[in-house]
Amino acid sequence: MLRDEDRIFRNLYGFDDWGLDGARRRGSWDGTAALLAKGRDWIIDEMKKSGLRGRGGAGFPTGLKWSFMPKEVGERPHYLVVNADESEPGTCKDRDILRHEPHTLIEGCLIAGFAMNAHAAYIYVRGEFHDEAVALRNAIRQAYDAGLLGENACGSGWKMDVYVHRGAGAYICGEETALLESLEGKKGMPRLKPPFPAGAGLYGCPTTVNNVESIAVAPTILRRGAAWFAGIGRPNNVGTKVFCISGHVNKPCNVEEEMGIPLRELIEKHAGGVRGGWDNLLAVIPGGASVPLLPKSICDTILMDFDSLRAVTSGLGTAAVIVMDKSTDVVKAIARLSQFYKHESCGQCTPCREGTGWMWRVMERLVRGDADPSEIDALDNVSRQIEGHTICALGDAAAWPVQGLIRHFRPELERRIAERRGRPMAAE
Amino acid sequence: MPKMKIDGKEIEVPAGITVLQACELAGVEIPRFCYHERLSIAGNCRMCLVEQEKAPKPIASCAMPVMEGMMIKTDTEVVRKARHGVMEFLLINHPLDCPICDQGGECDLQDQAMGYGRGGSRFDENKRAVPDKDLGPLVKTSMNRCIQCTRCIRFATEVAGVEELGATGRGEQMEITTYVRKTLSSELSGNIVDLCPVGALTSKPYEFNARPWELRKTESIDTMDALGSNIRIDTRGSEVMRVLPRINEDINEEWISDKTRHAIDGLKRQRLDRPYVRRDGKLRPASWDEAFSAIRERVAAVRGERIAAVVGDQCDAEAMVALKDLLNGLGSSRVECRQDGAALDASVRGAYLFNAGVAGIDTADVILLVGSNPRIEAPVLNARIRRRYLTGRARIAVIGADEGDLTYPVARLGTGAAALAELAAGQGTFAGVLKGAKNPMIVVGQGALRRPDGAAVLAKARALAEACGAVRADWNGFCVLHTVAGRVGGLDLGLTTTGGIDGILADASSGKLDVVYLLAADEIDTSRLGKAFVIYQGHHGDAGAHRADVVLPGAAYTEKPGTYVNTEGRVQLANRATHPPGEAKEDWTILRALSGVLGKALPFDDLDQVRERLVRANPVFAAVDVQSPGAWGAFGVDGALTDKPFASPVGNFYMTCPVSRASATMAACTAARQAVPSMAAE
Repeated sequence: MLRDEDRIFRNLYGFDDWGLDGARRRGSWDGTAALLAKGRDWIIDEMKKSGLRGRGGAGFPTGLKWSFMPKEVGERPHYLVVNADESEPGTCKDRDILRHEPHTLIEGCLIAGFAMNAHAAYIYVRGEFHDEAVALRNAIRQAYDAGLLGENACGSGWKMDVYVHRGAGAYICGEETALLESLEGKKGMPRLKPPFPAGAGLYGCPTTVNNVESIAVAPTILRRGAAWFAGIGRPNNVGTKVFCISGHVNKPCNVEEEMGIPLRELIEKHAGGVRGGWDNLLAVIPGGASVPLLPKSICDTILMDFDSLRAVTSGLGTAAVIVMDKSTDVVKAIARLSQFYKHESCGQCTPCREGTGWMWRVMERLVRGDADPSEIDALDNVSRQIEGHTICALGDAAAWPVQGLIRHFRPELERRIAERRGRPMAAE
Repeated sequence: MPKMKIDGKEIEVPAGITVLQACELAGVEIPRFCYHERLSIAGNCRMCLVEQEKAPKPIASCAMPVMEGMMIKTDTEVVRKARHGVMEFLLINHPLDCPICDQGGECDLQDQAMGYGRGGSRFDENKRAVPDKDLGPLVKTSMNRCIQCTRCIRFATEVAGVEELGATGRGEQMEITTYVRKTLSSELSGNIVDLCPVGALTSKPYEFNARPWELRKTESIDTMDALGSNIRIDTRGSEVMRVLPRINEDINEEWISDKTRHAIDGLKRQRLDRPYVRRDGKLRPASWDEAFSAIRERVAAVRGERIAAVVGDQCDAEAMVALKDLLNGLGSSRVECRQDGAALDASVRGAYLFNAGVAGIDTADVILLVGSNPRIEAPVLNARIRRRYLTGRARIAVIGADEGDLTYPVARLGTGAAALAELAAGQGTFAGVLKGAKNPMIVVGQGALRRPDGAAVLAKARALAEACGAVRADWNGFCVLHTVAGRVGGLDLGLTTTGGIDGILADASSGKLDVVYLLAADEIDTSRLGKAFVIYQGHHGDAGAHRADVVLPGAAYTEKPGTYVNTEGRVQLANRATHPPGEAKEDWTILRALSGVLGKALPFDDLDQVRERLVRANPVFAAVDVQSPGAWGAFGVDGALTDKPFASPVGNFYMTCPVSRASATMAACTAARQAVPSMAAE
């Protein structure tokens, strides 16, 4: 369990002042200029050594990502883009950082921007986060007024500007290239890769897109040292992570914990346990809507980190733990997610555009059992025709929950079909 | 040159191409819907997925650049599964109404479903229904069939330069539509029908008319503008059913204008299908013999200098040389091809050609349009200028009246000859830009030349071209953009007269001319022909025929083998796709027969002999399909310039010739285009 002194976000719950004074009391903006003075190579090297993996869901090593930016600024400027379009169902960690800990993010923007030779950072805030965007803007104004941003940020001699851009409420704009399209004023549709953003991103310029949490933890990592961060958690899955626990628990919450904490410990220590006790647990979606759910048998022992969850064909994703107790209609729950993905598909590429609607319609029938048993396999097959064949990962995200359901709850699907078939037709 | 392996076969490919192109080089065909060589890459249909060794997922070959040592597999279980999957997804919401779809038989989806489709469907849900859109008189939509490949959007945005098509909605609800529900305001809109890989966009005038396998296909040349676009004429029986583009990278690539494609219904209306002779003030049907006798009676007594001829805008060189020889035989050398009075000089070939060639636009870095509106005079050429603009390596300026959007931004240097004179004198900032250019191009349009001071304008344009280094051994950027297909051929045959068309009309009205022979010439002011005896030979009952005393029915461009020289001086051969209607004949044969009746028999009896005569008249006719700059020399006449703005001779793009004026489709387009401003005002 994470010790209090190892917490990075000390005002996650907003009990303290969100503003600059509070942030400074909590250690933000402490010696930032000195960190920058150590040079960008040191920063990137330190980030690499820390073992931080991107907190947006894919878990790509952050330091490595920063190192992909061109070493020297050529004809085109470099940009840092912060992905605050937090829309993954069940996830609300970035939201608390934006409204209660904005200065960790702003300081992170300065450091990350400096490390990748960017003078401008764009924070793309989810459209629905009105209050959060206001809080963030206020915090940025405070930083400018205190000389922490601007022409000579923190007295480091580095010019850094941070801009807030609010989205219009599309889930797909959380995909990094769709986010860039949206930021450019176009329809939010993912781009083909290559070229990758580090080569041609925002306005065709070298760009790095990072999650809010990845950027917000960077200043503390650099202050306390890569070794400190790397010493928390398990090998290759290090550091602290904000988990979002929701669903059928007694006290839903966000909590910063060490990576690799057992799921059961996480739920019981921080969320007051499953409603009706651990034995009342049916399943858990461990990383936001897009990862396959886990039945109780796996939840008993699973550790919450990238590699452990991958080993059970699920994923850490955004670490949004959605707990479902035995009162849940699990088929209906997944059908609802299928509807979500159908609604949020951008419509650009064929498998996702056509497949998400198909899956949703079959799922709706499976809720009622109004299907042929062979359709379960057909559905699984359709989900695999989507997975891996699309431009972005939304296709995968739509396919996985359905695959997880079929993998772990096939008997329930078959039971419903059998039950409906057993009923006399006249009863309809 | 990266080396890569495709299906185990090692191949060296040019750097910078995509995996899909590399596969084509290796002889492996990759199915695709959204990819098109001339459009930007969308990568959205996912049909072209292939397997790359060490890549976790199949890759979209249309979007992936080749890299050294790449290992591509196109025929594996993974690839097959991916393609079958995509095909299934495309078909679940497709209506499968092939029997009543105009695309049937030439549909990419139909063809590829043969290779990758499932035998049956396992989609038990309702299919999606999408409202059809009204894109105007040319493009019919059936949006249920749309597979959202976005080729049409990309064509409109990139090539046509009208950002009017787009996709609204997302996911399943994504629809292709015009943003404000209006007719496409592009002269190239018909091309989206060719581009559509399914039957979502089909040709409205061709709706339910024919199946591709019923059509006889004839490769030919378009005569609706001076570009000489390469076309394929599809006929059923004697009827021209449709016109499609043929690929010619140097001219039209694979686009044609809406007029080229859709004016063909005019070939069935207002046709002259038998000779007529005017008796008692009225044109009455006659036999060929009666018509020829009427001519003989009138012409025999007339001295040569009292005879003149005017050739029309769509004439083939064969007819023109026959007419020239006939008049020479009658003792007249007065044959004029410049119906619009343009001050073109036939003595120097470089003076009237688009010397740099249409493909020269691709290397021009400064383009100055003088009295030319290529968007309506040659839309396909205009698309090429736009593409050059999109590369960011060309600056474009205009001297002439502002006639609306050219689909690319231009610097407007002035409206008339004064601005040209300033430039030629090296004044103004743009003179420096022209001078500093590597390949400057000066496009001189007919709007600058068909005016009283045309010769002086031509001289100024030449002076400017020479002053800015546009005329060199390796580059001739002096480019005359013609508006009509027969003009360069006429100039190559030297069909110009002192005094021009105005002289002929003046002499006719003052009684100095007794006989005027109009070879499909309809663009002149026929009221000025006075009391002259007018012979009209042509294919449509247009202005010329109405004034004629004798009408000889000729053939339209689809009905005769003909030689045309396009604006860049490229000689091209058109082929006969169908026969002329009724008693109408190919034009040179009419002239040959008439020459016999008049006792001045022309020395050729078949097409080959006419073409030999053409080559004797001007050796350029021997070099078919070749473009080279014309010889350079002194041309134009220094003189006073007037203030009148340069204005394009083409007022209404859709109606510029007898064929397009007779076309109901072109009339509908004209009406639709005129309706656009009032829509916008609503």
